[in-house]
Amino acid sequence: MRVALFLTCVNDTLYPDTGRAVVRLLSRLGVDVDFPMGQTCCGQPHYNTGHRRQAEPLARRFADVFAGYDAVVTPSGSCGAMVRELYPRMGRRAEEEGRGSSLALAVAEVVPRTYELTEFLVDILGVTDVGAFYPHRVTYHPTCHGLRALGLGERPRRLLRAVRGLELVELPGAEECCGFGGTFAVKNPDVSAAMGRDKVDAAVSTGAAVLCAADNSCLMHLGGLIRRSGADVRPLHIAEILASTEGEPLT
Amino acid sequence: MTGTHLGMPAFPEAAREAVGNSTLRANLRHATRTIREKRALAVAELDDWAALREAGKQIKDHTLRHLDTYLIQLEEAVTAAGGTVHWAQDAAEANRIVTDLVRATGETEVVKVKSMATQEIGLNEHLAAEGITAYETDLAELIVQLADDRPSHILVPAIHRNRGEIRDIFRERMGEWGRPAPEGLSDIPAELAEAARLHLREKFLRAKVGVSGANFMVAETGTLVVVESEGNGRMCLTLPETLISVVGIEKVVPTWRDLEVFLQTLPRSSTAERMNPYTSMWTGTADGDGPRDFHLVLLDNGRTAVLADEVGRQALRCIRCSACLNVCPVYERAGGHAYGSVYPGPIGAILTPQLRGTASEVDASLPYASTLCGACYDVCPVAIDIPEVLVHLREQVADQGGHRVEKAVLGAAAWAFDHPAVLATAQRAASLTRTLHPSRLPGPGRAWTDSRDLPQLPDKPFRDWWKRHHEGKEDAQ
Repeated sequence: MRVALFLTCVNDTLYPDTGRAVVRLLSRLGVDVDFPMGQTCCGQPHYNTGHRRQAEPLARRFADVFAGYDAVVTPSGSCGAMVRELYPRMGRRAEEEGRGSSLALAVAEVVPRTYELTEFLVDILGVTDVGAFYPHRVTYHPTCHGLRALGLGERPRRLLRAVRGLELVELPGAEECCGFGGTFAVKNPDVSAAMGRDKVDAAVSTGAAVLCAADNSCLMHLGGLIRRSGADVRPLHIAEILASTEGEPLT
Repeated sequence: MTGTHLGMPAFPEAAREAVGNSTLRANLRHATRTIREKRALAVAELDDWAALREAGKQIKDHTLRHLDTYLIQLEEAVTAAGGTVHWAQDAAEANRIVTDLVRATGETEVVKVKSMATQEIGLNEHLAAEGITAYETDLAELIVQLADDRPSHILVPAIHRNRGEIRDIFRERMGEWGRPAPEGLSDIPAELAEAARLHLREKFLRAKVGVSGANFMVAETGTLVVVESEGNGRMCLTLPETLISVVGIEKVVPTWRDLEVFLQTLPRSSTAERMNPYTSMWTGTADGDGPRDFHLVLLDNGRTAVLADEVGRQALRCIRCSACLNVCPVYERAGGHAYGSVYPGPIGAILTPQLRGTASEVDASLPYASTLCGACYDVCPVAIDIPEVLVHLREQVADQGGHRVEKAVLGAAAWAFDHPAVLATAQRAASLTRTLHPSRLPGPGRAWTDSRDLPQLPDKPFRDWWKRHHEGKEDAQ
C-alpha cells in the first residue's frame, strides 16, 4: 500500500518529531510511506477566519499533490476534518456561487482517501496493537475536530490501551474544547487561556505524566500554558507514543 | 433589534472582564455544568432522539420555505377564532402597535410572560417612555428587572446571579415595584420563591392587560403555544381582559401534529425535563374564558433578510432552548452580557449579526466568539450547524473590509503556501534564527505570549530531514 503522509504545515515547521514518528510507525506496520514535497497548508486558517477564496488554491494544490496514492494519512484531526468535511463544502459553495464545478471535481477524488492517523490504523490497517511500548501514565484529550467532525470516537484510546506499559487514565471533562481554536487563541486570548488552563488543571488532576492528543496545534496552545505555569505534565502527540518501542523508546 | 445594547465593547474586551470576575465564573460554571449534565441524561432516555432532531429540522425548513403561505393561513385562522393579527416590519412598528393597543384599553400597566421577542424590540423601555409600566413575572426576569440588570441567558436570564445576590436584590428593590420582600428574607430558594410569589400575585390579580410571546404558532388552527415552568405564564395568559402576543414570524409551524416533535425536544433540551410543567395553548378568544381581546403582532425585524441567506437561514430554525449556551465553553467563561444582545451564546453569535448586521464593533466581533469546537451543533435539537454559519458570517465581516491586516497576512501566507520553495526558505530561516526569538512578542503577538510560551522551534523542518533520509527514494521516482 502506497501512502502519502500529509504532515501539515504546523507539524512540518514546529513538530518534525511527530512526522518522524508517523514515518517510523507506518513503516514498522509495513506501509510504504511517501512525503510529497509539494505539500504545504490545507488552508484551514484562511477558511476558518473568513477568507474562503484564499483557501481555494490550497485545496486545489492539495488535490494535485496527493493525487494517485492509495491513501493520504495525516496526524491532525483538525486538518483531516478540513479536507474531509470542508473541501466538499467549499466545492459546493463555489458551484452555488456560479463559479462552476471544477473545485468540487478537483477535490472529489482525494477527499474519500484522506484519513486521520488513528482512523487509518484502526479502520484501514485493522490494527489496535501497533507493538508500542511506553511505560508511563497517560491521559488523552480528544480534540474537537477529530472528535466531532471526524467522529474518531474510541479509536485513539483503543490504540493507547494496547500500548505495553502504558496506563491510560480518564481526563475529567475530556470532550470540552481546550480553547485553542486557531485564530481564536489570539482574537479572544483571555477566554482561550482560561479554557486552556482548565484543561491543563484537569490533566494535572489525573496524576498523568503525559497529556496526549492527536493534534499538535491544540498541544502547542496547551504546551505554551504548561511551560509558562511550570505544570508537571508533558504534552505529547499520540504518534510519538505509538512509535515508541522497547528497542527504540521515546525519551 | 433594540438599542439597549448599543455602544457595547467588542466581545473580547467584554469577555476579559467576565473571565476576571471569579464570582461570575463560579456562578456560570456551576449552573451551566448542572444543566448540561441533566440535559444529556434527559436526551439519552429517548431512543429516537436522532429522528426527532431530524424531524424538527425538516419541519422548520419546510415551514421557512413556505413561510408566506403558512403566515397567511395563520392570520386567517387567528382571525376566524376572534383574534386580531397585526404585521410589524421592525421593532419601532411593533412597539407602536403594542403601545396603541395598551392605550386603547385605558390601562397604564401590563403583566408580561417571559418573551425573547419583546426583549429583542426593547418593548419594556418603549412602554416606559410612553408612561406604561411592564411587570416581568418570570422569576428570573423579575430578578433582572428589579436589579435594573440585563438578562445573560435565554432561558435562565439571571444565571449570572447566585442566591445571596438575589436575596439582596429582593430586599433592596421589591418595595419600589410593589409588595416588599418579607422581613428577614434568607437566601433559601423556597423563601426566595415565596417572596416572588407574594410580590407577583397582586400584579396578576390587578392586571387588565397581558403581554406575551409564543414558542409556537399553529397555522392550521391559529393556536399559540407557550411552554413554561412557573405558572406565571398561565396567569398572564388567562387572567387579563386583553392579551397581546408579539411573536417572530419564524415561530409558525404548519400543523397541530408538528407540536408532537417540539414538545418532546424543547423541554429536554432546555430544562432537561421530559415535559415542562405548564403548556398553555389558546386559539383566539372564547366567551367567559380567558381574555376577551386577543391581538397577535407578527414580527419580522430582520428575519426576512436572514431567510434570504442560503447558509445563514438555518438560524431561523431555533426554538430558543438554550442547550447551545449551556454546553458552550466560551459562554461558560465569557458570560451572556459579553455578547451585547438579548441572544447570547452560540445561537446569539449567529443570530444577532444577522438580525442587526455587522456594522457595530460588538456585532462584527460575534462571529469570532467561538473556537468552532462544534459542541453547540451536537446538542442543537433542530440541527443548526452553528460553526458553519459562524464561518459564513466571518466571510461577511472580512468582505466588508474588516480585519485588513489579517487579510494581508493570510494572503501572503496563502501565496507562500502555494510556492513550497518559499515556504521551505521561511521555515529554515525561522529555525536558523531560533535562539534569537524573544519569549514575549510585541504588538499583536502579545495576545499569544501574554499567557503562553511560544513553541520551541526545531533545528530544521521535517521536510529537510525527509530529504536527507529519503534522497535515494526521491531520485528513484
